[in-house]
Amino acid sequence: MSLNIIVMAKQVPDTRNVGKDAMKEDGTINRAALPAIFNPEDLNALEQALQLKDRYPGSKVTILTMGPARAAEIVREGLYRGADNGVVLSDRAFAGADTLATSYALATAVKKIGDYDLILGGRQAIDGDTAQVGPQVAEKLALPQVTYAEEIISVENGKATVKRRIESGVETVTVPLPAVITVNGSAAPCRPRNAKNVQKYKYAAVPSELAADATKAALVEKRPWLAIGEWNTQTVEADLSQCGLAGSPTKVKGIENVVFTAKDARRVENNDAELEELMKELIANHTIG
Amino acid sequence: MATDKNNLIVYCEYEDGKVADVSLELLTKGRALADKLGIKLEAVVAGDNLKDIEKQIFPYGVDTVYKVEDKRMYPYTSLPHASLLINLLKEKEPRIAFMGATSIGRDLGPRVSSALHSGLTADCTQLEIGDHTDARTGQEYKDLLLQIRPAFGGNIVATIVNPDHRPQMATVREGVMKKEVRDSNYVGQVVDLDVARYTRPEDFVVEVIDRHVEKSKSNLKNSPIVVAGGYGVGSKENFEMLRELATVLGGEVGASRAAVDAGWIDHDAQIGQTGLTVRPKLYIACGISGQIQHIAGMQDSSIIISINNDPDAPINTVADYVITGNVEDVVPKLIKYYKKNTK
Repeated sequence: MSLNIIVMAKQVPDTRNVGKDAMKEDGTINRAALPAIFNPEDLNALEQALQLKDRYPGSKVTILTMGPARAAEIVREGLYRGADNGVVLSDRAFAGADTLATSYALATAVKKIGDYDLILGGRQAIDGDTAQVGPQVAEKLALPQVTYAEEIISVENGKATVKRRIESGVETVTVPLPAVITVNGSAAPCRPRNAKNVQKYKYAAVPSELAADATKAALVEKRPWLAIGEWNTQTVEADLSQCGLAGSPTKVKGIENVVFTAKDARRVENNDAELEELMKELIANHTIG
Repeated sequence: MATDKNNLIVYCEYEDGKVADVSLELLTKGRALADKLGIKLEAVVAGDNLKDIEKQIFPYGVDTVYKVEDKRMYPYTSLPHASLLINLLKEKEPRIAFMGATSIGRDLGPRVSSALHSGLTADCTQLEIGDHTDARTGQEYKDLLLQIRPAFGGNIVATIVNPDHRPQMATVREGVMKKEVRDSNYVGQVVDLDVARYTRPEDFVVEVIDRHVEKSKSNLKNSPIVVAGGYGVGSKENFEMLRELATVLGGEVGASRAAVDAGWIDHDAQIGQTGLTVRPKLYIACGISGQIQHIAGMQDSSIIISINNDPDAPINTVADYVITGNVEDVVPKLIKYYKKNTK
């Protein structure tokens, strides 16, 4: 048995390591200081896909990402780690999409890819933390879903057995294929790049990256596995009224930077006398003890 | 005049015969917003053994409880609960719908919002009623649900509105809103719904074959004293020291996302925007630099002590006491001097 697996992955700014230099003096975010990375939980999803590929030889893993042409970096990263091919869904008409319009766009691309048994993705992306796109893609494709997955234990007789994390516990479910499964950060971490794959795919590119590079374009012409798909609204026959800002029921009314009320902190020296004094004080005012 | 349409509805979760705290917190918030809008507060609960479950729900000022009792509705699976909610919301056309930002609500909400093409805002930290003017069209909207949530890793706070689609949907994490009984004698109406009318037989394709729910090991959420560790703790072993301090003080151990990501402590202990929100009497932050997303989950603590070897760590700006030093150096001294000064 071999499986066709689509892994939905997103290129995100690394919001986890927002250091002092990542905030400008006026308190706004200095996006340039935040590196663009492979969304962490999407890597967990990729690992689940690659494990299935190991287990069921002949399986094929396709990376699907939406974003500007530079998101091809996500597809390359996936290829380096063991994916077979990829598509970048890229069109200005997708800009400003909320989760629903994003899901609509991704669902049209999944339909265009066509032959799939499993659609995987991270539980959520670290730039929005909404966890909405997976279930919404499932709804748009009328497929069952399993969220918060920790391990795809097996795929047999047209059903996947999946262990998933729930509130203070775990459960194991079976789901008929095709299905959408979103993978939790507590799942197995993704394997590193494979040196052979890096050699094989380092010149993989989308057409718009090749436009300015005739040498590379000639190379990709000769080696078709280096061609990363680049699809727009026409390729996937998207209904423009459901894309981008127009297709987004939610609107951002306003954005504020987070400012905490600074307190007048008392400095306590790191020496025995002052630390003992602090503990005595907290005991005396019944904070502790 | 309130009718059975255009109201505010809360999807209630329950486990072991008990309605989840997060649902009761949402009912409390929902009651306040419904009063403001002059509409009814409704609840929907689905599962097995729901006898008298409404008695836990009415005291929060709930006017109508929709009950769906069916063995197959427990434990929760996505499709039947989504169908139920999609069909109920189509029928009742509520203005607003809430659910917990839990592994259930965050599984259910997006699916329902997709089917209804209504917007959903995840993990709101504040919910208010207010007006909105569309910046492009100039169109004015009265009494919208203002859905306020952190974004971009907690570095910004966005206010989201849902001007043209109903219901306006939002999820909220447990512990973010306050839970408060409106009137312990409040009695509303129970409406039993027929599962066959709201779900399809093919919805029951996902089977739960095994389920372990452990009672939460720690009482971190309600503990009056929290000792929390961050990346500066340095190792899993050093977390034992924090545990010792927590034990002698009668508190619980929490952590920042960095410490959880490093694998030093369980995910359940994470405090911050994507973890728990805590409001203890005393919060001791050990080696936590203080990313905004962490501060969002502990800033309401009464007294905050920060132990950090960086005198300019951002967390120090919200601290009452700042100790500049290594965690492994300071924590044992705190244990020592606490013991020395108590019996």
